[in-house]
Amino acid sequence: MKLVEQVLKGDKRAVAKLISMVEDDDPGATEALASVYPKTGKAHVVGFTGPPGVGKSSLINRLVREFRSRGKKVGVVAVDPTSPFTGGAVLGDRIRMADTGTDPGVFIRSMATRGHAGGLALATFDAVKVLDAFGMDIVFVETVGAGQSEVEVASRAHTTVVVQMPQSGDAVQVLKAGILEIGDVYVVNKTDLGGADVMATNLQFMMDEKEGWRAPVAKTSALEGKGIPELADAIERHHKHLRSGPLWERRESDRARKELLESMRRLLAETFSEKGAGEAFESNVKSIVARRIDPRTAAANLLHDLPRSG
Amino acid sequence: MPKKIRVLIAKPGLDGHDRGAKVVARALRDAGMEVIYTGLRQTPEDIVEAAIQEDVDAIGLSCLSGAHMALFPGVVKLLKKRGAGDIVVAGGGIIPDEDIPKLKKAGIQAVFGPGTPLTEIVQFFRNAAK
Repeated sequence: MKLVEQVLKGDKRAVAKLISMVEDDDPGATEALASVYPKTGKAHVVGFTGPPGVGKSSLINRLVREFRSRGKKVGVVAVDPTSPFTGGAVLGDRIRMADTGTDPGVFIRSMATRGHAGGLALATFDAVKVLDAFGMDIVFVETVGAGQSEVEVASRAHTTVVVQMPQSGDAVQVLKAGILEIGDVYVVNKTDLGGADVMATNLQFMMDEKEGWRAPVAKTSALEGKGIPELADAIERHHKHLRSGPLWERRESDRARKELLESMRRLLAETFSEKGAGEAFESNVKSIVARRIDPRTAAANLLHDLPRSG
Repeated sequence: MPKKIRVLIAKPGLDGHDRGAKVVARALRDAGMEVIYTGLRQTPEDIVEAAIQEDVDAIGLSCLSGAHMALFPGVVKLLKKRGAGDIVVAGGGIIPDEDIPKLKKAGIQAVFGPGTPLTEIVQFFRNAAK
């Protein structure tokens, strides 16, 4: 496939086109991703989550420069929400990432959620794979400004960075379950506002050692460019920590398991979607309406009767 | 899934007035398009790089500083140089009437001045993506 060859040769336009194919669920996307897949697995994938407006994009902008100065090639996939009413979106993360300009070692892609929940788009991690195959050493994934429960990124990234800001709630906010349990690295951004020490102390108080890693709390000001090298160090330390033991393999397996299940779910749903549902499906629909069978039993029967693959 | 229309709205040059760009971005969003807005003070190089990475169908340029004769054709030229001449370019802002034919000759496919109905702009980008 020509497009894939161009991607592997380092053609940015081909990378962008391939990501679009995946996003649009183009018929050629599955085959293209299959031929890209063996070239992936080298990039360190770092997810960023946290409430809207805490400075995720600005931090990534600073980190891109920092990792470039350390000789790393950097990819970014930045997700913003799609309007549930019109299907449209304004993707504005690039505004904060303008420092990058035309640096050939950087690739930034904005992505709309297109109805997918969890703070990510369906195609986000396929885009990450394309950037990985393209040769990026580190790929940042920015979720939509997540609230307290958007935790999907943690199961897909190697390192999850949770960004908070000062003056955004007391110690009890920090005690709540959800987003504050998924971080490998925490950041209190906007130290220029004051009150960052209190927030950082509250967070530090919550951190326990898990699998030999106690999540550090970094203090940064993306605005003033402060604390960025220290944050980059923390991200690299976590990478080394994963790589030095069995954790990397385990995270990769967890991720593979999740992706396989997700792909199966999608395939199944597609098999039974309107166009390909078939007679058995429709007769079950009738039976469910007539209360002759319940939806769960019908589903189990239909799956049981599926032709075996392989 | 039908292919989404993606449009880059960009402000080349040094003026800081982006109300118009934001109004257009919003209108395109409400028409169901994905709009990437890149903010103020972009060079043509920045804009073309972003357009390529974002794989947009079209670019809308807004300039109120009077430098459009240098900046708009600069974007078209760079796109061609990067093998992305198929990306449609339109412009808006304070553009004197006598400049419009020259801009069109330089490859800017449409120029929208103050007072252009938003429906006209939306329709242009719809057609551009075909």
